[in-house]
Amino acid sequence: MSLKTEISFTLNGRPITVEVPVTMKTLYLLRDVLDLKGTKYGCGEGECGACTIQLDGKTVNSCLMYAVDCDGREVVTIEGLKSATELHPMQQAFVDHGAVQCGFCTPGMIVQAVSLAQNNPELSVEEARRGLEGNICRCTGYAKVLDAVVAAAGPAD
Amino acid sequence: MDQQSTDTHVEKTSLIGRRIKKPDAPDKATGKTRYVNDLVLPQMLIGKILHAGRPHAEIVRIDVSAAEKLPGVHGVLTGKDVSGLKFGFVRDNVALKTKVRCEHDEVAAVAAETEEIAVEALRLIEIEYADLPGVFSPEDGREQDAPQIHDNFPENKSLHFEFEHGTLAAAEAASDLIVDNVFRVHHVTHCCMGTSCAIADFDSNGKLTIWSQTQYPYNYKMDLAPALGIHPGDIRVIQPPVGGAFGSKLDVYPFEPIAALLARKTGRPVKVMYSREEEFKSSPTRQAAVIHLRTGCTKDGTLTFRDADVLLDNGAYTSWGPTIPVVMMRTTSGHYRVPVVKFNAQAIYTNNPYAGSFRGYGNVQATFATAQQMDMLAERVAMDPLEFHLKNAQKSGETTPQKAYLRECALDECLRAAANACGYSEKQKRYALAREQQGRYKKGIGLASSIHNAGGAKIHKSDGCGTILKVDDYARVTVITGASEIGQGIDAVINLIVAEELGVPLEHVTIVNNDSDIAPWDVGVHASRTTFIAGNGARRAARQARQQILNAAARAFEMPAADLDLRAGFVVKDQCGTKLIKLEKLLRQMHFQTVPELVMVTDYYEPNSEPEGADHSSDHSAAYAHAVHIAEVTVDTYTGEVQVDKITSAQDVGRVINRMGLEAQTEGGIAIGLGYALSEEMRLEKGVLQNACFRDYKVLTAPEMPPLDLHFIESDCAEGPYGAKGVSELPTIVVAPAVVNAVYNATGIRFFDPPLTPEKVARAICEGRGESGRI
Repeated sequence: MSLKTEISFTLNGRPITVEVPVTMKTLYLLRDVLDLKGTKYGCGEGECGACTIQLDGKTVNSCLMYAVDCDGREVVTIEGLKSATELHPMQQAFVDHGAVQCGFCTPGMIVQAVSLAQNNPELSVEEARRGLEGNICRCTGYAKVLDAVVAAAGPAD
Repeated sequence: MDQQSTDTHVEKTSLIGRRIKKPDAPDKATGKTRYVNDLVLPQMLIGKILHAGRPHAEIVRIDVSAAEKLPGVHGVLTGKDVSGLKFGFVRDNVALKTKVRCEHDEVAAVAAETEEIAVEALRLIEIEYADLPGVFSPEDGREQDAPQIHDNFPENKSLHFEFEHGTLAAAEAASDLIVDNVFRVHHVTHCCMGTSCAIADFDSNGKLTIWSQTQYPYNYKMDLAPALGIHPGDIRVIQPPVGGAFGSKLDVYPFEPIAALLARKTGRPVKVMYSREEEFKSSPTRQAAVIHLRTGCTKDGTLTFRDADVLLDNGAYTSWGPTIPVVMMRTTSGHYRVPVVKFNAQAIYTNNPYAGSFRGYGNVQATFATAQQMDMLAERVAMDPLEFHLKNAQKSGETTPQKAYLRECALDECLRAAANACGYSEKQKRYALAREQQGRYKKGIGLASSIHNAGGAKIHKSDGCGTILKVDDYARVTVITGASEIGQGIDAVINLIVAEELGVPLEHVTIVNNDSDIAPWDVGVHASRTTFIAGNGARRAARQARQQILNAAARAFEMPAADLDLRAGFVVKDQCGTKLIKLEKLLRQMHFQTVPELVMVTDYYEPNSEPEGADHSSDHSAAYAHAVHIAEVTVDTYTGEVQVDKITSAQDVGRVINRMGLEAQTEGGIAIGLGYALSEEMRLEKGVLQNACFRDYKVLTAPEMPPLDLHFIESDCAEGPYGAKGVSELPTIVVAPAVVNAVYNATGIRFFDPPLTPEKVARAICEGRGESGRI
């Protein structure tokens, strides 16, 4: 078994300390150690975006990042976007616009979309298109995803 | 909310055609949904499979002793443990192999406490192979000296299909023009975002529970049982939400019996989940084929015949792929009015990956050929392609040579709607003229259409779906349906239909369809059938419940049941909408009376179609539908890049049920079709996949998706629920030939072998190929 080390970081707003194998990727820390199954394994190679999380406000593929690199950082997963009672506006927009079919890519897609919107409140369809390039969806053809992202990113009615 | 309601009245409204949210979307959007891939059971072991990694070989020696001794390993299996347990369409497959017939063949499997240990155990298995010469194309497989892949399939012949109608020689003689081409359609794969996964567990009575991604849970039991040597009745299939299917989960694949065999050996639950590389290499493909098609017409543009000779790359084993000629011949005989048809298809075993079912099911391949030859013939007879299509388009009431009765046919309307929406005819002429002008970028427009079954397809003994519906004391409705949810949105459709019939809020309907011990039988999610078949079933069940409730209300209020209606959770007078009683109050009165009455009904809906039959002459679907796509492209003649600028689609959907779900199915279907046309290709070198990752296997991403202009034509199908027809596959089927016809319009070059990668297109432009393309 591989060498372990203790790390401390902020996960979805709460401080956490956990011992992780040094060879473990963040995706498996989240899924297998911390039981947060919303972040998905899609390819393990940073090609599909299903494992997207926020690290210090920027999105990363958690399948490519070693868990030890979470140390001292702020991590937000799909589970961290929703409050106890209400969906995040981006999550609600995905629901309302029919952007969810099988839903497997959805968590990564939403985490990425939230980041795009945070960085650009005036997000255009073209910007959303480019910004979601790293997130593969096999069900929707992206049309409804883009509708949702632009609707949620734009100024509230 | 949805209904206009006042304190005393509820107006009549309808949900049909509205935009309904998928009931499972909130959990999926928050990461709460538990896919099979996410499940962990107590004591669960991880199963891993050793794949051969070579296309054709004898296994000379296999030694698993070191793997068995590794701490944390609980069981190791090889081919000798499963001898005789044949499964598959023609019983040519087995969960673990003693001889290798394709790259991904499963030669050993281990169950261990962690994935790390399981992977290490696989490394400790010693295998010595003796490689055999392989067969890597159906043409080679037919050669006299070709290696035989299965002992009991001489000449590598797998399935064969034929159909003939009319006299070909006479039709040829009567033809003024004949186009004759060979189309080579390639291997692509589903690329479900959730990789293949199953968890198997035997209880102490020997009954197997399998948490499966299957999209056909009932026949799945029948197909899985022989791989394990158990009775199908001793299998319970639980279907957690699935990360995409698209037809790929319409068969049993070796990893599923392997999970069960490991569970039986270890006495513990075992989970097998593919890596993405395994998913690319080991999951089914769309059927590759060589299609030799000839189509004739007279000089006034009337089609005279079609003659198709198809050679299918069966791959190493027979799944659903080699049965696609059943659909291909329907297209050959039914795509426009074709009086004379000859169709012949032979599947040949090769050492390539084997094909399963994939959205469009043979029609993607057939339409790629037929729709291009429609375009070619229009040009040869110097007709506007639209006029040529309209001249040969069937009308309602016509019957195809295979006896498909086109009850409500809207091909004409689809053609006109799509063409008018994008100015097809004018652009088509203008771009063709502009072809000869200088300039790097060439614009083109291409039209294609097809026909598909849209009311199920009776290829099994029954094409039915069972439904159980109950309404509880709080007027909450539970619909237990055989129809599986694989992301396509049948949950929303059934939700809508039941709420419509029972006048309850959408949120008050729960759908249970994930346990074969609970839900009644259904064929499975395939053939664009589920809205039609399961939708009809849900509607019939809801109507029974509705009648029971209205009869009780009629007795209570001493009014005829026909004068009553259910709206917004109330029983109302039908004419004026005056509320009489809260529905839940009436239900409690019905329940808690001297002679108690509970609202629980069952239905088995069997469509009024005919079995496919050995002669392939039957009205095998309860409805047929057409779609027309028009693609507009820009071709960069320097780089060969084909940019799709827009797709205009017109599809006969019968009637819109859930508009949002219908749009979503259409958009997603087009995306898969565009990948097939432009970028997706399994690159096989001597049976070994060279691009088993998303980096090298290019599916469409958001920037590549063009704007879509969707038109839904409502032909009002008499048999369909509220007039609806099945919709899912046509969007995938029609788009590739529309793109290829558009590229021809832009460049004057025909392509017979998708995908149209920049390299392929640039090379064709450089070499100055023309209408005859590259073959």
